[in-house]
Amino acid sequence: MTSPSDFTPLFSRRQVIQMFAAVSASFGITPQANAATVGVADTFAKGYGTDPTLTKLYKPGDVWPLTLNAEQLRTVTALCDLILPADDLGPAASAVGVPQFMDEWISAPYPLQQEDNPVLLEGIAWLNTEASKRFSKSFAELDAPQQATIADDICHITMAKPEFREAAQFFERFRSRAAAGYYSTQEGWKAIGFVGNITSATFDGPPAEVLKLLDVEQTVK
Amino acid sequence: MPIITPAKAQLEYDVAIIGSGAGGGQMAYTLTLAGIKCVMLEAGRSYDPQTETPMFMTGSQAPLRGAGTPDKDFGFYDATIDGGWDVPGEPYTQASSKKEEQFWWWRARMMGGRTNHWGRISLRNGPYDFKPRSRDGLGFDWPVTYAEIDPYYTKVEMLIGVYGTNSGMENTPDSPEGVLLPAPKARLSELVSQKFGKKLGIPFMPIHRAVLTKPLDWLNIPKKLHPGNQWAQKIVADSMMRRAPCFWATDCGRGCSISANYQSTTVHLPPALATGNLDIIPNAHAREVLVNDEGKATGVLFIDKTTGKEERIKAKAVVIAASSGETVRILLNSKGGKGIANSSGLVGRYIMDTVGTKVTGHVPILENVPPHNEEGAGGSHTYAPWWGYKDQAAGKLDFARGYHIEMGGSRSMPIGNNPVPDDLVRGSYGKKFKQDMRRYYGSIVSYACRGEMIPNEKSYCELDPQVKDKWGIPSLRWHWGWSEHELNQAAHARRTFTDLIESMGGTVRHDKTEAARDYIEPGGKIIHEVGGAIMGADAKTSVCNGWNQTWDVKNLLICDGSPFASNADKNPTLTIMALAWRAADHLIEQAKQGNL
Ligand SMILES: Cc1cc2nc3c(=O)[nH]c(=O)nc-3n(C[C@H](O)[C@H](O)[C@H](O)COP(=O)(O)OP(=O)(O)OC[C@H]3O[C@@H](n4cnc5c(N)ncnc54)[C@H](O)[C@@H]3O)c2cc1C
Ligand code: SF4
Repeated sequence: MTSPSDFTPLFSRRQVIQMFAAVSASFGITPQANAATVGVADTFAKGYGTDPTLTKLYKPGDVWPLTLNAEQLRTVTALCDLILPADDLGPAASAVGVPQFMDEWISAPYPLQQEDNPVLLEGIAWLNTEASKRFSKSFAELDAPQQATIADDICHITMAKPEFREAAQFFERFRSRAAAGYYSTQEGWKAIGFVGNITSATFDGPPAEVLKLLDVEQTVK
Repeated sequence: MPIITPAKAQLEYDVAIIGSGAGGGQMAYTLTLAGIKCVMLEAGRSYDPQTETPMFMTGSQAPLRGAGTPDKDFGFYDATIDGGWDVPGEPYTQASSKKEEQFWWWRARMMGGRTNHWGRISLRNGPYDFKPRSRDGLGFDWPVTYAEIDPYYTKVEMLIGVYGTNSGMENTPDSPEGVLLPAPKARLSELVSQKFGKKLGIPFMPIHRAVLTKPLDWLNIPKKLHPGNQWAQKIVADSMMRRAPCFWATDCGRGCSISANYQSTTVHLPPALATGNLDIIPNAHAREVLVNDEGKATGVLFIDKTTGKEERIKAKAVVIAASSGETVRILLNSKGGKGIANSSGLVGRYIMDTVGTKVTGHVPILENVPPHNEEGAGGSHTYAPWWGYKDQAAGKLDFARGYHIEMGGSRSMPIGNNPVPDDLVRGSYGKKFKQDMRRYYGSIVSYACRGEMIPNEKSYCELDPQVKDKWGIPSLRWHWGWSEHELNQAAHARRTFTDLIESMGGTVRHDKTEAARDYIEPGGKIIHEVGGAIMGADAKTSVCNGWNQTWDVKNLLICDGSPFASNADKNPTLTIMALAWRAADHLIEQAKQGNL
């Protein structure tokens, strides 16, 4: 059976692509900083349940309250930007809402996040204690080289000295979550090299230069 | 669209169908297009893929950047609603506290069931797969042959639209010329796997998935599917016309608002509803199949979840397609808990899942690859069918049956999780970290074993003597156990995938000292739950005959995976649909002869 070329589906592929291009272009939000400065949550709010609306836009704080206080949020912001600064690959973490995402994460009512909660909160407190010990300032007030002297001691979990082991565990967890927050944004996609979420009339597979680089040929004709 | 409440239901229907997934959807499609009046009871809520699918939504628009939670196990945007590993108010239990004896039970609770988010991998069983016992003395033969099911595979493939190529490989059937849609181009990690796989004798090639890589031929296919029935042809053509082809973006697991892939809700139910012969009652949780004194099914007793009240529906025949566990539960709870269709004592026995294990590797040659679009058809493009029949026949393998390889590369959309494993960046932060992330993104590949489990006496479910759900319906209790065949198979897969990754110059990311018992996925985890009401050649050793009809209750059909007498490595859904279509044809034939 070969398909005739003269039949048209109800929507042409071009129409569908246009429909969706319009929709995806209108969804460009950046989470806003949340002003709430509530203390550490000892009781957790409810989650979004098993049937949340999937087609609406959410921002941190929409489903459960954020719980970081202003001081904690400042520290989180400083660390996010130390890990993911603005550079030629893209904006800083704080420019794409990563600190607010971290707040949402730490405040979330689910097991994984609740397990992270004490690790991250204690780590944040540790950073400030350490900053004050070394420089008599809070972590956020330090300049970049000063922040780096602390970060260098805790950034590598297997190389960290015994007295920094626990802080290193915190750092790795924090970096991993911040990366999740950063690379889930459109700016993050650019930074990491993800291309997609955009309709196309054909799928051509990897471009010729990529095939050449890996010394493979496209085998699906 | 007659999606109704119980109050609007007719006094009696020809057929009541429990469940709206692949099996229930196919039954409703075939029966209503033959003019049979059906009512469908679906435990979950109604669901509209056109308006509810979050097609282009990004992580930054979702709570927790879209990460999975116990409310949404597979991520915020996964199509599943109200279902998952846990369903609130509907507990199930494990007979053993040992992990390896437990079953993970994934349940759907929505219109269309698991077909809204399934992987769309659509493989035919081969001739061996229907007669496994005749070949190696293990498990059971089916009472049907490949030749009998083959035409129904073809019909289902034409209806739902399946891409792929014919491989010509042993026990990996080809489809008739022109039935399969064009396979999408392979992605980079797939081509690299193919190149290195070849040296090890592993045949990576295009997979078969239910995604439209071009529009369906709505002029000709309906005539082939429904010869002589012009009314049905027109309805099916209309429905096919409304399905757009894939636009090469978005994850199929979210569902597809343009109907480019198969979901019961976009492919089976719309034409069935368009016939005017189908009423669907959502939020209707079936509790029992009602039977009369002659042992015939007369209808269904169900809970209207919107009121919590019991309701009844009358029908001349009943079809259950609620997924193996739930189908067993309904059978055992019928007749006030005495059970029906169980003179063999085999209802609930021989539950099977797929043998699963996965190896992930970091492959340096895939580092720093220039960014390019690899979204493709929203799921897998490439797999390796089981290639070991010759070695097995020569006695070189320490397990029976085979596995296929499903693979993953990693240039997919980052969402909710860190797209690069923590340790690869060796403690970097700042600019260096961002460069590292770019370098390693895309350099992780994974290979998953999807293998055949042989039915055994240890793996079954039964009613829990105490625990009930929130409506007072007895819950299921699970038992599980693997045999050496499955464990040795998982070990073979682990070795093979390790060799493959190392041949590419890569490093596997697991602890090599683990034993198969540690890395075989737990029972149920692959969510290919089948068995529990197996079909066979006689009433003593099986629950159903070769027409999915229960031996004891002739007008009761089981049309999900429960009648599977074995669970080939091929993912089950295409076979569920082919068997359901055939069972429906048989039921129509019997109805014509006045045998209902
Ligand atoms: C993540 C994932 C990926 C998968 N990928 C693949 C794949 O690539 N290929 C493949 O072949 N298979 C795959 N599967 C399996 C596939 O989804 C199932 O085989 C298929 O959906 C089975 O169809 P079914 O009709 O038997 O059951 P379901 O699709 O589960 O439908 C059963 C329906 O019955 C309803 N129901 C349950 N209990 C009751 C009750 N008491 N009363 C009324 N209604 C009830 C449920 O709400 C549900 O809607 C996958 C599954 C999952 C979860
Ligand atoms: S990849 Fe194609 S088939 Fe899958 S959801 Fe997107 S458009 Fe639909």
